[in-house]
Amino acid sequence: MIDFLEKWSFFGGSILLILIGLYGVITRKNLIKIFIGLSLMDTGINVLLVSLGYVKGGFAPIITSTINNNSYNFVDPIPQALVLTSIVIGVAVLALGLGVIIKIYEKYNTLDISKIRGLKW
Amino acid sequence: MTLLYSFLILLMLISGIAALIFDKLVNSIISAGMVSLIAAFLFYFLRAPDVAMAEAAIGAGLSTAIFIITLYKTEGREN
Amino acid sequence: MNFRKILALMTVILLGIFILQAFLISPEKGEIALNNFGKADIENRTAQLYIDKSVNSPNEEVIYKESKDKESGSANIVTSIVANYRALDTLGEVTVLFLAATGLSAILYNKKHAKNNFVVKEGSFILKNGIKILFPLLILAGSYIIIYGHLSPGGSFQGGAVIATALLLKLLSSKEYELDENKLKAIEVTAGVSFVSIGLYGLYAEGSFLTNFLETGTIANLFSGGIVPILYITIGLKVAVELTNIINDLMKA
Repeated sequence: MIDFLEKWSFFGGSILLILIGLYGVITRKNLIKIFIGLSLMDTGINVLLVSLGYVKGGFAPIITSTINNNSYNFVDPIPQALVLTSIVIGVAVLALGLGVIIKIYEKYNTLDISKIRGLKW
Repeated sequence: MTLLYSFLILLMLISGIAALIFDKLVNSIISAGMVSLIAAFLFYFLRAPDVAMAEAAIGAGLSTAIFIITLYKTEGREN
Repeated sequence: MNFRKILALMTVILLGIFILQAFLISPEKGEIALNNFGKADIENRTAQLYIDKSVNSPNEEVIYKESKDKESGSANIVTSIVANYRALDTLGEVTVLFLAATGLSAILYNKKHAKNNFVVKEGSFILKNGIKILFPLLILAGSYIIIYGHLSPGGSFQGGAVIATALLLKLLSSKEYELDENKLKAIEVTAGVSFVSIGLYGLYAEGSFLTNFLETGTIANLFSGGIVPILYITIGLKVAVELTNIINDLMKA
């Protein structure tokens, strides 16, 4: 049980978070809920990427006074650097989308996508 | 330690589901912020302190603020 | 449960199976497999070169406060990747951020209500005076996180976000508080131009864009890392100003 949890909790949890976000994006009708689903997917992908670079018993990739040379075991720093930029881009794109939502509300006076003309299916 | 991770991940998934099924949008937004906060803890346990700081400052702080501003500008203004 | 929800559930489960089977491929079939949790094989990844700081130089041990003139002198390896080895990616990232902020102002541009109407009435006594005390401390914390980004966890993105949060609190505290947008634009343009010109000087001096052309010094000293801290300060200013611009635009919409 513990072995299974150790092996799959991070991968399974982050994949489930991505899927929960995707389900929300598909089924919800409120535009703000859809964007919440997108940000959940974003977080899930970030956790998945960082956990792929984890080394058991590894140290954070910073040389400090106690971890004082590079023969220690470090975790993979490249996914961390990429996820760092991905988080910042995520919030900027989210703000752009929310700006579009404000404009849509000014025009149609609703956030329900089934009531906005041209977005029906 | 493994049980702690698993518990936090379970909490994160529950907050994620709650963010999608709450009726009031404010509650959804706070739940989404909770997901980001727990993700910051998980990044810390994955030995990624830089990413944890970024997620706590940006994911849990700024994006929640941006969502709430948008909510106020749209449906929240009526209340 | 209507038809749409069942369809969505099926799509999601199908995608989940697709992602999971990528984790279950066994490596002995000769296919590229993802590693198990906690078993990342960094010895054979590019990351090992970045940790040893030996991409273009011989592999030597890197020792805290002793090693001199290594390739990228910053003690924080994530910083050395973001601001030195893969600084071109960071330039692209900053460009995306800039485009998103510009696009947001273009979408929300509206002269009629160009006023902060998010704050309806004056803040309470505690909010106003608390922010008076917190504001300089938050700016100080943000600057510390940016300046020590090459030695300790943190860096330009986190510090920029902290500074933007401080300005958000200031905007929340009072209706009258207005940001001087021309000054913000001046800071942003200066930071962006200095980032690119540092890169171009590297091209002129060493023959490739964004090379670390300064001496990198002793590892883990404050003045070490060559161009890494300088680039990090410019990125930090740019991120802080752009996130502040985004919040300001949304509040004035």
